[in-house]
Amino acid sequence: MMVLVTYDVSTTTEAGKKRLRHVAKQCVNYGQRVQNSVFECLLDPAQFAALKNKLEGIINKDEDSLRYYFLGSNWKRRVEHVGARQTFDPEGTIIV
Amino acid sequence: MRKMLNVLYVTNPEAYLVKDGENLVVRIQDQEAFRTPIHYLEGIVTFGYMGASPALLGMCVEKGVTVSFLTASGKHQATVHGSPKGNVLLRRKQYRLADSDHDSAQIASMFIIGKLANCRTVLRRFISDYGEKVDAAQVVNVSKILARNVLRVNKEIHLDEVRGIEGESAREYFSVLNHLIVAQKEYFYIQGRNRRPPLDNFNALLSFLYSLLLHEARAALETVGLDPYVGFLHRDRPGRVGLALDLMEEFRPYMADRLALSLINRRQVTGDGFIKKESGGVVMKDTARKAVIEAWQKRKREEITHPFLNKKIPAGLLPYAQALLLARHLRGDLDRYPPFVWK
Repeated sequence: MMVLVTYDVSTTTEAGKKRLRHVAKQCVNYGQRVQNSVFECLLDPAQFAALKNKLEGIINKDEDSLRYYFLGSNWKRRVEHVGARQTFDPEGTIIV
Repeated sequence: MRKMLNVLYVTNPEAYLVKDGENLVVRIQDQEAFRTPIHYLEGIVTFGYMGASPALLGMCVEKGVTVSFLTASGKHQATVHGSPKGNVLLRRKQYRLADSDHDSAQIASMFIIGKLANCRTVLRRFISDYGEKVDAAQVVNVSKILARNVLRVNKEIHLDEVRGIEGESAREYFSVLNHLIVAQKEYFYIQGRNRRPPLDNFNALLSFLYSLLLHEARAALETVGLDPYVGFLHRDRPGRVGLALDLMEEFRPYMADRLALSLINRRQVTGDGFIKKESGGVVMKDTARKAVIEAWQKRKREEITHPFLNKKIPAGLLPYAQALLLARHLRGDLDRYPPFVWK
């Protein structure tokens, strides 16, 4: 299934900046960065549980927020892209 | 059934593969050109003289991603995979059966039955599609020979006889493949199968597709815990993945030959995608290779009902499904190995 992960991490303090870096790093590990704090992750339920667990261990729930959008396995017709920053289709043909 | 993941093909000769966290990053001239989480992939195939960092290879091994290095022309050079997994008892059984001529012949004949039946389907489909437009008498004739040969293999026979019938059938089959090319006949004309190097455009295309298929067959066998080097039809020779070649036989017509024919007939590859070298060998240009990989990946995603499992699976999982069935047969859970027969 495709999960869209977005986050808002408060960067007013040093600790906040650190959390932001850590959250971003985990998201990169699990999916494709489509905008600065927006990730498209193609995951199975176990992978999603692992990602969720990691992210929720990093953030500070009083200051930061996370949102997951579940786009299912038929996600392609639910996503439209306009403008800069090319993405790749993880289920398509990948040739570099 | 396992989920079919993606395969990354790297054709840019300047690409270097590195690891970053859990990501695979492709660098071209020290610039990041592509990035993907490693769990999106089940395989990486690179063409040409590039490299991959040891850290990346380590991650691929750990995650079960097979990395194959091919030359620019598609010849297999090396594959990196982790230490052999799976069941040692299963592998021992495989070696024991491979040591026995009688058992080898039994299994080998099933691969060949699959191959001949599928070759015949390629021809039969052509006859029903084009039979009225062209003179298909020869094709019909070879199709009958193949049907007869299936019955000949389907008995208790010696391994050498299986090989004999296979060779004879392959000659007959390749002798009529020209009839199946209905477009661009001036660029694609074959006189039998040749390789190392392929001497004409059609053979170059076939060789390339076969090396893509071999990569998949081998990865499938390793996934189920079999040793791809010890075959039943193809005997042991250092560096030769005998069992992968065995398993490939039944897929050649369905996955490769048919794809080659439709690429030519639909003009998705054209005569100018090939270069003839001074040595007489023919190699494919980068553009043609990309078109082929694209079509290959598309075909792998097509759903097909597996005749034995009676289940819809993507065509790309067929080698894996067959490897599973083979493992079941070796374990004794199935009386006979059921080859994949395309209807």
